[in-house]
Amino acid sequence: MTAAAEYTLAELCIVAASKSFADEGEVLGTGIGVVPRLAASLAMKTTNPDLMMTDSEAWMLSEPNPIGSRAADFVPSTESWMGFSRIFDNVWSRKRHAMLGPTQIDKFGQSNTSALGGSYDKPKTMMLGARGFPGNSISHPNSFFIPGHNTRVFKEGECDFVSSVGYNPARLPKGHSLDDIDIRLVITNLCVMDFGGPDHQIQLVSLHPGVTAEEVQQNTGYPVHIPAEVPTTEAPTQEQLDIIMALDPHNQRAHQILDNPPGNRS
Amino acid sequence: MNKQMTASEVVAQLEDGMTVGIGGWGPRRKPMALVREILRSGLKDLTIVSYGGADVGMLCAAGKVKKVVFAFVSLDFIPLEPYFRQARQSGSIEVMEIDEGMMLLGLRAASWGIPFIPTEVGLGTDVITQNPDIKVIDSPYDDKEWVAMPALKLDASLIHADKADVRGVCQIAGPDHYMDDWFARAAAKTFVSCDELVESEYFHDPAQARMVHWERSMTTGVVPIAGGAHPTSCSPLYGFDVAHFKAYAASAKGEGGFNDYIQQYLGASEQEYQSNVGGLDAICAIELPTY
Repeated sequence: MTAAAEYTLAELCIVAASKSFADEGEVLGTGIGVVPRLAASLAMKTTNPDLMMTDSEAWMLSEPNPIGSRAADFVPSTESWMGFSRIFDNVWSRKRHAMLGPTQIDKFGQSNTSALGGSYDKPKTMMLGARGFPGNSISHPNSFFIPGHNTRVFKEGECDFVSSVGYNPARLPKGHSLDDIDIRLVITNLCVMDFGGPDHQIQLVSLHPGVTAEEVQQNTGYPVHIPAEVPTTEAPTQEQLDIIMALDPHNQRAHQILDNPPGNRS
Repeated sequence: MNKQMTASEVVAQLEDGMTVGIGGWGPRRKPMALVREILRSGLKDLTIVSYGGADVGMLCAAGKVKKVVFAFVSLDFIPLEPYFRQARQSGSIEVMEIDEGMMLLGLRAASWGIPFIPTEVGLGTDVITQNPDIKVIDSPYDDKEWVAMPALKLDASLIHADKADVRGVCQIAGPDHYMDDWFARAAAKTFVSCDELVESEYFHDPAQARMVHWERSMTTGVVPIAGGAHPTSCSPLYGFDVAHFKAYAASAKGEGGFNDYIQQYLGASEQEYQSNVGGLDAICAIELPTY
């Protein structure tokens, strides 16, 4: 398959993020937000047809639903009931891989969805709350999508509130090993990273076209391990772009990264 | 046994300082007419346990809340609940912030009459460090430590269902009953508002009975209020009211804040409220959301 000549950064991120789900086999792929959902959907349509998916409400689907309003005669390919209480049965059985977008990610891979600044009793900015992050992070693999890579998200020091566990020896529960924690890919508007560096340090996996390793480091509040060879993030193929277009007919992906830049910025 | 009652009779059974569970999820199928009746009452110092949305935000804004037990409070399409946010940022409420699944376990423990349920969920995170009341314990069977998620015992639960009979058989025909069955079981008293009161014969059809998620002994009172979930959704009957939620969120930025919202919409009764938001027909005409 040859790379498409033109594609947006969001589409590049969707394709890069879909790799998270490629080798997972028969697990529930949960992508919260437009880019993660399209990434999981693309994987289900291409690299991992065994992936399971919900309609983001209460049904499991054998084919991902396109995002946004659908024709009146559209029939979802429902295969089972999957209400929220059953989601937890799935989470705790570990047959899931979720991709989410927290507000902060620290050097340990711990993330924050709850509150920023101030004190815990009186935070400066209250956000969502811990949501399902504590349970997700200790139960199954997780990946992150961050549309705006900067030092506020990838902050120096620990997260203001730790919603999900990471590779932090000081917080490691008794009887657990750091290898029990399974953070996979971190996809941003600049690059793809993982926590596969020395001692679970965050490391560069690939740079998006036109982005340098220095830029990534400047926008990350802690040291990023940079291997000797860092490949460029693979461009989408036309086939992948066609599938993405069919899954997102209203082009919601155009509104996920500031100014919807092209994928190749070199 | 006839359990039919009015919203004000429900509120008369609640007391200051009670722990009250509220069913639904975010902007979906919340017993909002019962919440509004609390707003009209003198109740205070409540501890609210909820997969929270505007139910939590409104009760906080009206000064009814001492403490919120939550995993999130969100209107979904407006991610941050404006009045919950104000309450947190002004430090005016106590909180017990836990994982969504921990809340489910806490409700189950309360339902089953056991003090806690062991789980891995929460280990290594600030839901443990910020909640000294949630203990981490050793296991008698392995060398690991486990979170002992305490029972979330509720004095009362408030739930909204599509249909119910006067004996307390409640049907949720929408695609998800969320954790409402556990809210019903975890509470000493469970009050259910419903869009439609039906005869018991309605449930003789097994396809209808299949959508009854707890037995009637768990239901204390049934309050027929068509449109009673507004502005939240009650699938398959009506969606959530996007325009109303936007006005609600905007009120939090205005000078008059929640008082303006109350003045404009709440009214002295549910009938007045519904006429202030365009009437029952308008509520029932709200399109279901697409996810």
